[in-house]
Amino acid sequence: MKVRSSVFASFVLICEVIGVAVFLRGFFPVSVKSSLSSKSKLSDLPAEPLTGSSPNSTRLPHPLFKRVVIMLVDALREDFVFGPNGRIYMPYTRHVVEKGSSKSFVAKARPPTVTMPRIKALTTGSIPGFIDVVMNLNSPAMLEDNLIWQAKTAGRRIIFYGDDTWVRLFPKHFMEYDGTTSFFVSDYTEVDNNVTRHLDSTLKRDDWDILILHYLGLDHIGHISGPHSSLIQPKLLEMDDILKKIHNALDSKDTEGSLPYLLVLCGDHGMSETGSHGGSSEPEVSTPLVLISPAFKRKAMPAGMDIPAVVEQVDLTPTLALGFGLPISQNSVGHVIPEVLEETSLRDRLRYLHINGHQLSCLLKDTIPDYEKEAGFEQFRVAEKAHGNWMKLYLEGNTSEVLTNMGKKVLKQYLEALAAMSSCLSKQLGKYDMYSMIAGMMFVFQLLLVLLLTLPEALSAEAVVDLPVLSALVSLPFYLLCLLLASVHVLVCTSAESSCYFCSLSWGLVFAAVAFSSAMFCILVSMLTRRLLPAPTHRKSPLRSGGSEWWLSELDVLLLAGTIGHTLSLASSSFIEEEHQTWYFLLNTLCLAVFQDVCRKYFREQRNSGDEEEYILPSKDCHPSAHPKPEVFSEKWLALATPPFTLVCIRLVRSLNQTGVQWAHLPDLGHWLNSSEHKIVLSLLAAFCLVLIYFLVQRRCSLVSKVALALGLLGVYSYRAAVGNVSFPWQHSGQALSKGTVEARFVYVFVLGILFTGTKDLLRSQIITADAKLKSRGLWEIYSGLVLLFSLLFRAHNLPVLCCCLLIQTFMARFIWRKLHYDAAQTTIMHYWFGQAFFYFQGNSSNIATIDISVGFVGLESYVEAPAIILTALSTYAGPLLWTCHLVCYLSSERDRSPVAISHGCYCLALLRSVPAAAYIVLVTVLRYHLFIWSVFSPKLLYESMHLLLTAGMCLFFNTMEQSHSKS
Amino acid sequence: MWDREIRAMASTHAIIASSVFMATVLPAVFVPGFSVYGAHLSWIYSVSGAVIAVSVAVFWLLGISTPTKKHSLGYKLSRLSRSCLYFFLSCLFFHTVVVLYGAPLIDSAVETFSLAFLLTSLTTLRCLCILGPNVQSWIRVFSRHGAMSVWDTCLQITVACTVVGAWVGAFPIPLDWDRPWQVWPISCSLGAMIGFLTGLVAAPVWIHYHRKQLTYKCK
Repeated sequence: MKVRSSVFASFVLICEVIGVAVFLRGFFPVSVKSSLSSKSKLSDLPAEPLTGSSPNSTRLPHPLFKRVVIMLVDALREDFVFGPNGRIYMPYTRHVVEKGSSKSFVAKARPPTVTMPRIKALTTGSIPGFIDVVMNLNSPAMLEDNLIWQAKTAGRRIIFYGDDTWVRLFPKHFMEYDGTTSFFVSDYTEVDNNVTRHLDSTLKRDDWDILILHYLGLDHIGHISGPHSSLIQPKLLEMDDILKKIHNALDSKDTEGSLPYLLVLCGDHGMSETGSHGGSSEPEVSTPLVLISPAFKRKAMPAGMDIPAVVEQVDLTPTLALGFGLPISQNSVGHVIPEVLEETSLRDRLRYLHINGHQLSCLLKDTIPDYEKEAGFEQFRVAEKAHGNWMKLYLEGNTSEVLTNMGKKVLKQYLEALAAMSSCLSKQLGKYDMYSMIAGMMFVFQLLLVLLLTLPEALSAEAVVDLPVLSALVSLPFYLLCLLLASVHVLVCTSAESSCYFCSLSWGLVFAAVAFSSAMFCILVSMLTRRLLPAPTHRKSPLRSGGSEWWLSELDVLLLAGTIGHTLSLASSSFIEEEHQTWYFLLNTLCLAVFQDVCRKYFREQRNSGDEEEYILPSKDCHPSAHPKPEVFSEKWLALATPPFTLVCIRLVRSLNQTGVQWAHLPDLGHWLNSSEHKIVLSLLAAFCLVLIYFLVQRRCSLVSKVALALGLLGVYSYRAAVGNVSFPWQHSGQALSKGTVEARFVYVFVLGILFTGTKDLLRSQIITADAKLKSRGLWEIYSGLVLLFSLLFRAHNLPVLCCCLLIQTFMARFIWRKLHYDAAQTTIMHYWFGQAFFYFQGNSSNIATIDISVGFVGLESYVEAPAIILTALSTYAGPLLWTCHLVCYLSSERDRSPVAISHGCYCLALLRSVPAAAYIVLVTVLRYHLFIWSVFSPKLLYESMHLLLTAGMCLFFNTMEQSHSKS
Repeated sequence: MWDREIRAMASTHAIIASSVFMATVLPAVFVPGFSVYGAHLSWIYSVSGAVIAVSVAVFWLLGISTPTKKHSLGYKLSRLSRSCLYFFLSCLFFHTVVVLYGAPLIDSAVETFSLAFLLTSLTTLRCLCILGPNVQSWIRVFSRHGAMSVWDTCLQITVACTVVGAWVGAFPIPLDWDRPWQVWPISCSLGAMIGFLTGLVAAPVWIHYHRKQLTYKCK
C-alpha cells in the first residue's frame, strides 16, 4: 500500500499518542480519593452499633494519650534499632524496646521512599502518587484531610522542629516552628543541632500537646558515605541521647491520674546499602516504629527481644488519630494497630475498630465501583452486625463469660475485615501498572521503528512510503501473533493480583489493539527483510535526497549529533532540570554553523568568481550575480549579519526569564521589568514590541486582516493597561484595576476574525480557484491570527520573545534558508530547535510549577475548565507552535522549488518528536525507582506527552496543506 | 621532504606540549597556593604565557611563516603591531562568543576574558605565527579544501580540536555534582587545553597516515 509520507507520519504520531496515553495510565495510577477538600468531622462519626434501639452515642471514646512527641529520624533503617548492631548504635532505645513499657514494630514504607511523599503518607494515611502533586499544583500546602489539620482543628497545640518540608506542607498549623533546609547534604551536624537546641526549653514547658521533631542528619550521612560509614554510629548515639532526654523529661512530668504521654520514634524511609533511597528494596522500605508510653504494659520477660511485628507505615495515622480522640482522616488506608489498644476496655476497643472500619468502608465505596463484592466489605458488615448484638447484651448488663468470648470474636472479625479492606485499598495505589506501561511502550516502539525504517523512502523525491499492509494481513505469522498476544493478555489479566488498566478495557478494544500491534510487527519484519536482503547498491543520503553519494556537511553532522545528544541527555536528572541550557547551547552552535556556511558561500564565491566551478553547497540554480550589483551587495551583508543578529537576539531573550533549577534564583530582566518602578520602561517596551509585531506580520495579509491585526494589537495593549501591567501616558497610577475582560474579548473577536478570513482564503483557493497566491495568503493569515492570540496571552515582559521570534523567522527565511538552499529536512530540524529554545525563552522549564495558569483567566469572568486548559496549553507551547506554523507557511511558499517539501517537513517533524518521546518512555520505566522520579522525571514525562499531542495536531494541519497541494 | 616537515612538526608540538606541562608544574612547585582549580586564572595566564612565548620562539626559529619580501624595520614593526591588534581583537571575539553562549555579561567578566585569552593564545596565535597577520589567507585555510601545505592542515586540526574541546567542556556545567572543576570557566578551559594537546598529538599522526592522500596545490 502506497501512502504519502505526510499522511503516514501523522498516522504514526496519532497512534503514538494513544500508546503514550496507555503508558501514562499505567504510570500514574488514579489515586484513591473521596474528594480533595472535604475533611472528616467529629459529627460525621458513625454511631456505635446497637441492634434494636436507635443508635446511642456518636462520640469518640476518650483519648488515650495527653501529649505526644513524634521523633522522626530521616532514613532511620529498621536494623539500626532492631538489628544486631542496634545494641551498640542505640543502647537506650534498645533497652526500652526490650524491657520498658513500649511497643515496637517494623513499619513498611511504600515507594517512592522519598521524604515528601512519606511525610504526606504519615500525616494523611494515604499513599500519595504523582497525580496528587499535579492536582494541587497551585499550592504546595497540603489540602487533603490530614492528622495535623485534625489536631489543630481540635485545638491541640503543635510544635514542630526540623525539615522545613513540614512547614511548607502545613503552613499556619504549628504554634511554633523552626524549619531547617536539607539543602546542603554535606552538613550533618548543624541541621540536627538546629532541632535539638529548642528541645530543653520546650520539654520544660506545658503549653503544647504535640511535638514533632524531624532529624535530617542521618539521611545526609547516608547520602555522603552509606550505611556502614563510621559517621553513622556517633549520629545514632546522638539520636539515642535525644530520645533518652525526651523520655526522661516526659517521665518526670507524668503524674498519676492524668492521661499518659506517648513517645513515637520512627523513620520516614530506610536507606539502601549504598546509602541512597527512593526505591523499593527491602532496606529502603523497612523503618522502625517504637511507641513508648506508660500506658503499655512493662515487658515481663527481660529475655532479649522478640522479632517485632510488621505493620504498614500508614497504620500509624489511624492509630495516632484514635489515640488522640480525633477523627481518622478521610483518605487514610491504614488500619489501627491493635496492640496499642490492648489496655483499653473491650467496648472501647470494639468502638475504635468500628470507627476505623467505617472510615475504610466509606473510602472503599468511593474508590471501587463494585465495592460490595469485596471480601473485606462483607466481613465488615457481618462484624458490625455482631457488634450491635454484643452491645445490646452488654448494655443489658450481661457480664458473663459468653459475652467476653463473643466480644473477642467480634474483635477478630473486625481485625480481619480491616486488614482485608486496607490491603484492597493500598493495592490500588502506589504501584506501577507494569502491564499497561509495557503495552504502551511496545506500541510506541513499533511505530518508531516503522517510522525509522521508512526514512529513505519518505525523504526521497517522491515522498511516498510503501507499506506492505496487505501481505502482512494475510500472512500466517500475523494470525499466530494475534493468538499469542491475546493469550498473553488473558494470562496476565487472570493472574495479576493488582488491577491493570489494560485489563479493564473492553474486549473489542483489546482485540483491536492486539491486531494492530501484530500487524505492525509483521509490517516491521517484512520491511526489515526488504531493507536488508537486497544488498543496497548505493546508499542514499538520509538528509540529502538529491545527493548521489553519502556525504554529510558540518551542519548535517551538527543537526544529527544535537538531536541524538539531546535525547541521550534526558537520562540525567540535572540535564532535564536544565534542559533549556541544552537547547540554548545547541541553538548557538547552530547559528555559528550557519554563519560559517554563509561566510563560505559569500567569501569563496567572491574569491573564485571566474576561477573554477567551486562546489560550495548543493545549489543548483543561478548565481546571485545575475542580479543587479548593489542589490547583491546589500543582500550579502544582510545575509552575513543575520546569524550574528540571531545570536544577539537569543542572548537578550534568554536573559529575560531565568528558568531551570540551579540558576533560577539569579535576577533576570523579567523581574526587573515587572517591578513597579520600571513600569514606564515596560510600557514603552511593550508598545514598541507590538508595533514591531504589526510591521513584521502585516506584510503578507489582506487589507481586512491588516486592519483587524492593528486593532487587535491595540486591544492587547489596552488589555495589559487594564490589568495594570503597563500604563497609558494619560493614565494616572491610582486608577482602579479591572480584570480586562472586555478588552481581552475585543482581541478574541479579531483573532477569530483573522483566523476565519485565513480559513476562508484557504478554502477558496482549494475549491474554487487553484490559486497558489491566495492559498499562501490564507496560510499567512492563520499565522498572524496565532501571533495576535499569543501576543494577548504572553505576559507584557515576554512580548520581546514573540518579537524576536518573528524577527528571526523573517530574516532567516529571507536570507538564510532560501538563499543557502537548505532542504526541507534541514529547515525542519532548525525550526524544531528554535521552537524548543523559544519554549524555554518564555520562561517554561521541565518543572510543572512554571506553567503560567493565569493565562486561563484571560478574557473570562470566572474559571471555566475547557477554555482555561486550551488557553494554558496554547500559551505554554506558543514557541513550538509558532515555529511549526511558520514551517508550514515557509515550506508551502517554497513549493516551486521542491513540491514534496511539506511531506518531508511533516515526516521529519514526526521523527524528531517521536524519537525523544519514545526514548524518554523507556528511560522513565527503567528509572521508576529513581530518587527524583516524582520531582524531575514525571513532570518532564507530562511535558513530553503534551508536546507529542500538539505535534500530532500540527502534523494533521500539515496534511491538509499537502492534500490541497496534490489537488491543485 | 614531507617526512622532514612532519618530524619538524612533531618536535615543535612536543616542545609546546612540554611548555604547557612546565607552566602547570613549575608554579605549583615554586609558588605557594598555586593549583589548577584553586588559582585557576593564574594557571590560565601562566599556561597562555608559556604557549605564546614558546610558539613565537619556535616558529620564528623554524621560519615557517610566509617569507616577507621587504626586510625593513618599519614593515616588521607594522606587522608586529597588526599581529598584536589581531590578537586583541580575537580575544574580544572569543569573549563575545562565550557571552553569547550564555556566560554572564558583567558578573564574571574576568573569568570569561581569561578563557577568551586562553583560547586566543591556543588558536589565533598559531595562525599569526604560521600565516602572519593576513586575513585573506586565514579565510583560505579555514574554508573547505583550502589547505596548501602541511602546516595549514596542522593548523586546521589543532584549531578545530581546541574549539571543540572548549565546546565539549561546557557540557558538565549544568550537572549538580558540586565538583570544584564545574566552576566557571574551569571545565571549559580544561576542555580547551585537553583539546589543544589532543590536536598537537593528532595533527602529525593524522598527516603521517594520510600523507599519500594529501595533495596540495602549489603556492
